[in-house]
Amino acid sequence: MIAAIGGFVVPHIEYTAILPELILLGVAIIVMTVASLSSRPFPAGLWAGVTAAAGAASLGAAWYMSNQVNSRGPHTTIAGAIAVDGYSEFFLVVLSIAVILGALVADNFLRREGLDGPEFYVLAMVSAAGAMFMSVANDLIVVFLGLETLSIALYVLAGYNARRRESHEAALKYFVLGSFSSAIFLYGVALTYGATGSTNLARIGAFLAGNVLVSNGVLLGGLALLIVGLGFKVAAVPFHSWSPDVYQGSPTPVTGYMAAAAKAAGFAGLLRVLFSAFGLMRADWQPIITVLAAVTLVVGAVLAVVQTDIKRLLAYSSINHAGFVLVGLAAASAAGLSGSLFYLLVYTFMVIGSFGVVTLVGRTGDARHRLDDYRGLARERPIVAAVFALLLLAQAGVPFTTGFLGKFYVIAAAVDARSYPLAILAILSAVVGAFYYLRVVLLMYSDPLPAAGRAEGVALPPGTALVLVLASLFTVAFGLVPGPIVDFAHRATLLF
Amino acid sequence: MSLDGSYYLVLAAVLFTIGGIGLLVRRNVLVMFMCIELMLNAANLTFVTFSRMLNDIGGQSLVFFVLVVAAAEVVVGLGIIVAIFRRRADATADDLNVLKG
Repeated sequence: MIAAIGGFVVPHIEYTAILPELILLGVAIIVMTVASLSSRPFPAGLWAGVTAAAGAASLGAAWYMSNQVNSRGPHTTIAGAIAVDGYSEFFLVVLSIAVILGALVADNFLRREGLDGPEFYVLAMVSAAGAMFMSVANDLIVVFLGLETLSIALYVLAGYNARRRESHEAALKYFVLGSFSSAIFLYGVALTYGATGSTNLARIGAFLAGNVLVSNGVLLGGLALLIVGLGFKVAAVPFHSWSPDVYQGSPTPVTGYMAAAAKAAGFAGLLRVLFSAFGLMRADWQPIITVLAAVTLVVGAVLAVVQTDIKRLLAYSSINHAGFVLVGLAAASAAGLSGSLFYLLVYTFMVIGSFGVVTLVGRTGDARHRLDDYRGLARERPIVAAVFALLLLAQAGVPFTTGFLGKFYVIAAAVDARSYPLAILAILSAVVGAFYYLRVVLLMYSDPLPAAGRAEGVALPPGTALVLVLASLFTVAFGLVPGPIVDFAHRATLLF
Repeated sequence: MSLDGSYYLVLAAVLFTIGGIGLLVRRNVLVMFMCIELMLNAANLTFVTFSRMLNDIGGQSLVFFVLVVAAAEVVVGLGIIVAIFRRRADATADDLNVLKG
């Protein structure tokens, strides 16, 4: 299995373990090569179709691996750097779904804005592969490489609309603060390596189990920097300042994809690092995460109320959602962890669907994002308005939707862990959340502004329509019958 | 003869702090960019020092990964900066005021 070349040990590479990533990277390279070698124009929608197909293939591969893990149990591979377990496969499924939905929303947007081209889809696939490496990583340096692959591709995607100043500005802000957080994360990796002698998560865990540190200042510093670095990526308060600007300035389909994929990958890394490597230091990180969760819940909910731009509102609401996921993490139990995973899966559908509607209402130019632009949407486009209302109510946590169950599971886990203040705070922030989501719903069902020049209607292209159907079906169907999803998230935490 | 490893660790920590503070207080985008590089290389110095102290080659090989990532970041970062400031005289972060964060 292991061949040594001149004293250098080459690990055996199990290609099936990283098949979803290989599919996305392979298709990305092929698309880039074919597009640059051919001079003839390609049929519209081809690249979106190819990307969605690649996402579906990686979804299939992740599902196959998930069944393998269920029957044979988890293991690590490629010199222990990649974990093949239920948790990995869960996030591979979530990220594959994000690629499919993101590509379908982007297709019409890019053609409408005259930005169509293969680069967008290549960057989306590369960033998804980075996010996937982050979630399957069993080594801090692989987490870092995945994080950077994800982030660097997203910096470019944020600035993809070269004609808009907002898009440029979002790209630069994201780039500066993103690299800042990556550097902090890397320094945390370095300190952890110094304190434990390894960057492998399992070996760090084993080292902490087998040794009593006389002075663990370096290790605690490393842990704190790791939490700060990943906290930036998931936009937890107080590391959230980049997110409203970046969400507002980025092209709208990018915002939806970024909100789903970057958040899922950031939490995948954070949860794995805390539970797998630092599980024994629970007493040290649990209070930090609890405080982060509390502040994130409050700031996200309160600042969302005062927003007048729908993309900023959804940015603060996504900060608030990150707070709920942190509540599950702060419980530091199997129930809390599976609650957080459930939340991330259902949030992927809700957020990409919501930004799909925002893309439509933004119309050509991607500029109509004031809340007033939603006045009278129900009269003009009853179905789009109904879907948006459903997705917003699901995000608010209305019963019989997946959003309600997600909030219910993490709060139940917090109650089980006897952190009653955090549970109460989470419920209160959900109440505040209901206010700003309902405000948008009411605007859609009120009369349109009289003087508004109706230059351009809200079009509903087939790709986005498909995303809206999938998102609302998922949100309602699994809100009524959550069993399969709950089992899936639960199995992900068992096979760690 | 070799210096005690802790000197290098302190130097790395100082470099990292200078980079972090520089990023937060300086307004020129290119200087902010250099500060990020300083932070990454402070982490590299820490890796190499710990690698010597632990007598483990792993830390030194990690530095190569970081160098590659830093190079990729430079490419994308400079690309973004060039795209923004093509039509402007200077590269100051204060000019970026369309989005109010």
